[in-house]
Parts: sequence; C-alpha cells; structure tokens
Amino acid sequence: MSDIWSWEHAAAALPALLEGFKVTLLATLLGTLIAVVLGLVVAIVRRTAPRILSLPVTGAVEFIRMTPLVVQLVFANLVLSQFFETLTIGIWVLGIHYTTYMAEVYRAGIDSVAKGQWEAATALSLPRARTWRAIVIPQAVRNTLPALGNYAISMFKETPFLIVIFISEMVNQAQNYGANTYRYTEPITMAGLIFLAASYPMSLLIRRLEKKLA
Amino acid sequence: MPENTPTPGAVPEGAADGTPHLQFRDVVKKFGDNTVLDDLNFSVSQGERVTLIGPSGSGKTTILRLVMTLEELTGGYIDISGQPLQYTERGGKRVRVPDKQRRRTTTQIGMVFQHFNLFPNMTVMENIIEAPVHVMGLGRDEAADKAEALLDKVGMAWKKDARPSQLSGGQQQRVAIARALAMDPEILLLDEVTSALDPELVGEVLGVLKDIAAETDISMLIVTHEMQFARDVSHRVMMFDQGSVVEQDSPEKIFTEPEHQRTQDFLRAVL
Amino acid sequence: MGGLTDFVENFGINTEALVARMPVILEGILVTVQLTVLGALGAMAIAMILGLAQSVKLAAVRIAARIVVEFFRGTSLVVQLFWFFFVLPLLGWQLDPLFCGVLALSLNYGAYGAEVVRGSVGSVPKGQYEAISALSLSPLRGMFRVIVPQAWALMIPSLSNLLIQLLKGTAIVSMITLHDLYFQVDQLRRTTGTWYAFGFGLLAYFVIAWVLVAFMNALEIRAKHRIGRGPSLRESLGQLFRSPGRKQIGGELA
Repeated sequence: MSDIWSWEHAAAALPALLEGFKVTLLATLLGTLIAVVLGLVVAIVRRTAPRILSLPVTGAVEFIRMTPLVVQLVFANLVLSQFFETLTIGIWVLGIHYTTYMAEVYRAGIDSVAKGQWEAATALSLPRARTWRAIVIPQAVRNTLPALGNYAISMFKETPFLIVIFISEMVNQAQNYGANTYRYTEPITMAGLIFLAASYPMSLLIRRLEKKLA
Repeated sequence: MPENTPTPGAVPEGAADGTPHLQFRDVVKKFGDNTVLDDLNFSVSQGERVTLIGPSGSGKTTILRLVMTLEELTGGYIDISGQPLQYTERGGKRVRVPDKQRRRTTTQIGMVFQHFNLFPNMTVMENIIEAPVHVMGLGRDEAADKAEALLDKVGMAWKKDARPSQLSGGQQQRVAIARALAMDPEILLLDEVTSALDPELVGEVLGVLKDIAAETDISMLIVTHEMQFARDVSHRVMMFDQGSVVEQDSPEKIFTEPEHQRTQDFLRAVL
Repeated sequence: MGGLTDFVENFGINTEALVARMPVILEGILVTVQLTVLGALGAMAIAMILGLAQSVKLAAVRIAARIVVEFFRGTSLVVQLFWFFFVLPLLGWQLDPLFCGVLALSLNYGAYGAEVVRGSVGSVPKGQYEAISALSLSPLRGMFRVIVPQAWALMIPSLSNLLIQLLKGTAIVSMITLHDLYFQVDQLRRTTGTWYAFGFGLLAYFVIAWVLVAFMNALEIRAKHRIGRGPSLRESLGQLFRSPGRKQIGGELA
C-alpha cells in the first residue's frame, strides 16, 4: 500500500474502466443526437409558433438550463424508473438538458442567416416550410457545427454526473474499483487521463473546423 | 535654429554636429513575401517637417510604424539622433536592441493615429496624464496642469472630464494630439490623422496641427492625403511609390513643377 | 404517476414539513452558496492568471499555461473532485470536503474561464495596443490599466454562463459527503415525496441562478458604461433579468 502508483492495480482496473467508457460513449452519442434534433425543433418552435405555444417552451427551456443536471437526473429517475430503464432515463435527461443549449446555438445560427435570404425566398414565392427546409436550416446548421461539437465534448465530460443515478459509466466504475480495493489512485487518475485523451483531440479538430468555417 | 513658419528653401539646419534627428539606412520591410520597403535611405533633420505622399499601399504608413516600433524591421537600421532604434551593428552583425532600451528611445517619439486610439475606459484628462505620470514619473498635479494647458491649446479644455465615446471624431483626434504632445516628444508621427473624420471635422484638426507646427520645433513625419495641409506645414515633401522614393523637394517645387511622371500623375489624381 | 396527485392532495402537509425542515435546508443552501461564491472567486483568479499568462512574451510561460488549461478542461469536473477527495488522502493530504469542492470547481471552471479571458483580451482593438506602445507605457501597466478594463466588459457575458455552470456543478458534492441544497432536498423527499421535494429544490436552484444572473448583468452594464458603451446602471434596471448567453454562439464550454 505504501507505493504511490501500482501498475498491477492500473492493469486490473482497466477492463472495468473500458467497460464504463462504452457506457460513457453511448450516453454521449445518444444524448448528442437527442440534443441536436430536439434543439432544432425547439429553436423553430420559439421562432415560428404563436406566443401561446412559444412562451411555455421558452419558460421550460430557461428552467431546465438554469437548474442542475444532477437534480434533474435524480428527479427523473425517481419518477420514471418504474416505466423505463435507468440508462434510458439518464440519456434522455442528458439529451434534454443539452437541448436547451443547442436551441440557443440554433437560434443564433438562424439569426446569422442574412435577411436577404428570407427576402429572396419571399420574392420567389417559396412556401414557408420550403424556405425553412431548403434555405434557412442548411445555412444555419453549417454555422452551428463548431458549437455543436463543443457541446458534444462538454456533454462527454459531464456524463460522470450519471453516477448519481448509479449508471455504471467510467467514473462510477473507477470509484467502485476504489471502494472494493481501497486503491483509488490508479482508477481515478486513469479515468481522468482517458477523458483528456479522448476530448483533447476532438477539441483540436473542432478548433480547426472553426477556423475553416470562419 | 529652425524656422517656425516654413518657407520654401528655409529648411532647418539640424543638430550642430550634423547628426540627423531620424535616419533610415538600407531599410527593408517585408510582410511575408510582399516587399513593402526596399532598401530605403532618407533622413530628417532636427526640427524638420517631412510629409510623405503617394498612392495607398506605397509603404508610407509602414515607415511611421517602423519608427514607432509597431513593426519590426526586416533589414537595415533606423537611428534616432545617432542612437540605434530597433537594431544595431556590432562586430559586423545586426543585433536586436532590447525592448527596455527601445522603449527608452520611443519615449522621445509621439504618434497620432488615424483612428485616434484613445483609451475608452479613461476620461480625457486621464488619457493625457497616463503616460507622463507612469512613464516619465511626473507628479499627478504637475501632469494635470500641463495637460490642461495642452487641452487649452487644442480647444478641448472644456471636455476634460468627458469620456472619448462622448466626443466627436474631430474632438477625439484633438485630444489624441494633446496626449501625444504631453510626452514632450522630439519627433511627432502623424498617420493620416484626418482620414477617419467626416469632412466637416477635418478643418478643426488641421488647424490645431498648423498652430502646433508654427509654435514648436518638433521634428515631424507626416502621412496625409490633405495636399494643402502638406503644402502649408512641411519643409520637404517626399513622393513615394512601390516602396521607394520617387522624388523629394520643397512643397513649392513638388506641387508646382514635379519632375517625375509618376508624381505628376499622382498629383493630378488627388488634386 | 400517482406522485402527482399526492403532490396536489398533500400540498398543505408537505409545506408544513418543509417549514419544519427549513433550518437544515437553509444550511444546505448556505453550503451551495459557499461553494458557488468561493469556487467562482477561485476560478476567476485562476482564469485571470492562466488567461493573461497566454499573452506573455516568454514562450515557456505561454506553453505552461496552455498545458494547465487543457489539462483541467479535459479531465472532467467529477474526476477532479474525486481525485482530490479519494486520492489525495492516500498521498498524505487529507483535505476538508468543502475545500475539495471549492478546489475542483475553481480549477475546472478557472480553466474554462482562462479561455474567455484570453479570447476577450485578444479582441480588444489592435489600436489600443499600438497606443500603449506609442505612449511607451510598460506592457504590464498597459495590460492592467488599458486592456483588462476593456476586456472585462467583453468577457462578462461568457463568465455569466460559466457561473451558472458552476452553480449547477456544485450539486455533485453530496458525493463527497457535503450536505448541500441537493442533499437536503433528497432528505426532504423522504417526508414529502418526490414531486414536492424536487419541485421545491429545482425552484430554489432556479432562484439562486437568477440572482447570480442579475448580479452579472449589473456588472456588465456597469463595465460597459465605464468604457462608454452603454447607459448607466440606474438607467437600465430593466436589463437586469435578461437571460444569459444571448450573445455568443456558445463555444466556450468545451
């Protein structure tokens, strides 16, 4: 126990960590997918729907965005665990939490589409739906790609919050290994390094994309 | 002693030992592959006011920015009163002058910018006393008295507690002139100081500068598109094109009977 | 969802239970607020140091700051928190849990904040840097007297977003034995049921968040007014409760 770092423990903890990493990746991918799709829906609703619909949507978005993911996770799990699997609940809460960020990103993206584009569409008598689908959304989405990537990475690093509803993602696995063996150093340090190793190249990639699109 | 009201031919004699106040020796400046200044040599004597004219992109502004050390020399030397500014020659090698020493030299040089560059977080008064207090070590009261006198000179004393954003462009530029003068510069660089102004505000700024030119013996290097102003204040006009001097002479000569075709074409286009 | 009918039927009794538990709940709020405020102050200090260090002339300093920023951004808040709480004692440092929390929050959000500081210092107009040179002001004085006051106004909206992130991040600290607001809400649940307790809890976080937003908006209005880019605070009280994050396209999180 006296040695600070034990390679045996590092090796022994690795399989569990990688098992947890699969869950982490799954949650990130599906959570991002939910946020990307729902975020666009929310942004369009807020922009086009009558106030009676857009106002409550705006209120809900603000509320979800300004309250902790941890509390939302536990709350949703307590209420919904009799109907759904915990992992499903966790992924949806993660996705919906980030929907509120993505909606904001899309809003800015839609605002960045030049006014002349709308006017040109009107001048061609394009129907509203067609204008959105063929002109506005393609341009808006292109402008939002870097932010989308950044939020995906951000979500990736927030998946350890799923530990509060006992989902065995990577940090939970690390902590379990520590609790069982009283060797916390190796699993937790390695979990951190795996996060770093996975997220840093991604953020470099996005920075490059940002420069390209700018 | 230098003449205060320039008349053609009455160029100041310069320092007693004949050392130019400002000297460019074999200056080269490149931005990437683009050569802006190519082997440029010229000098300015003590108290002399030299105006650079020429088409845009001919490297005029770059010359001022090199003197202010806002740009790094690619090759050659610039001397201020015989002292090296950016680089010095030592044992046949070109050696960079350390930043501290560069800053010591540049305290003698003031610059007024095209876009004023006043500090928006400070009042007019604070803008002016910032450098005298913190660079020259003047007392606050002394600096404020001096600032007040300068503001008076540029007609801005009544706005000393205003913030830059509350002033018109012409007013901001007059404050910027006072700020540059507060350091008692021996060399003043004027970089297209009226180009960013609405036409009706140009006059007030040029008026202030003409007064200053008449009252002081500060050496000046001026880049401007105001040909009448150039004619009124300069001892010498240098015509620039593509990084080198086409011709230089008294304003009288340049503006009435320029020798080179390129100068003639340029003046016909702007006058 | 029988819980919801309970919520309506038992609202009176539950509220009595809430009032009875109010002393401990207030203690929980205090812990949350302490973590948020101390964490934010620590993060701000770290953000300033690491952000400004990246504009220093010496390459070694810049690179070192860059590495620290990437490290604490990249390794996840929860991992850092657990590392300070579980691993450090094994290495011989037993830290107070509250200190662990503040430390992790400061480092993690400080690293994000450093990016904000770096970005806003970089977006102060070039002419300001040139005027500093032209007046021969020392780089240090120019930075703190001219650049930072202007950058400050630019960085507040993003810092405001980070502050809300930080507040939300504090809710994880019950994992390291701290009895914060979330912990007390979970305790309350045992008497009032899920809907009432969590309804109250989420609302409490929401209110704290808006107090922070209003404070940050006030700072922003004041900072902008000082550089002559907006009305005074007194003239713009209506702006105080403007939603955060309405300006940038939102990339500073990752």
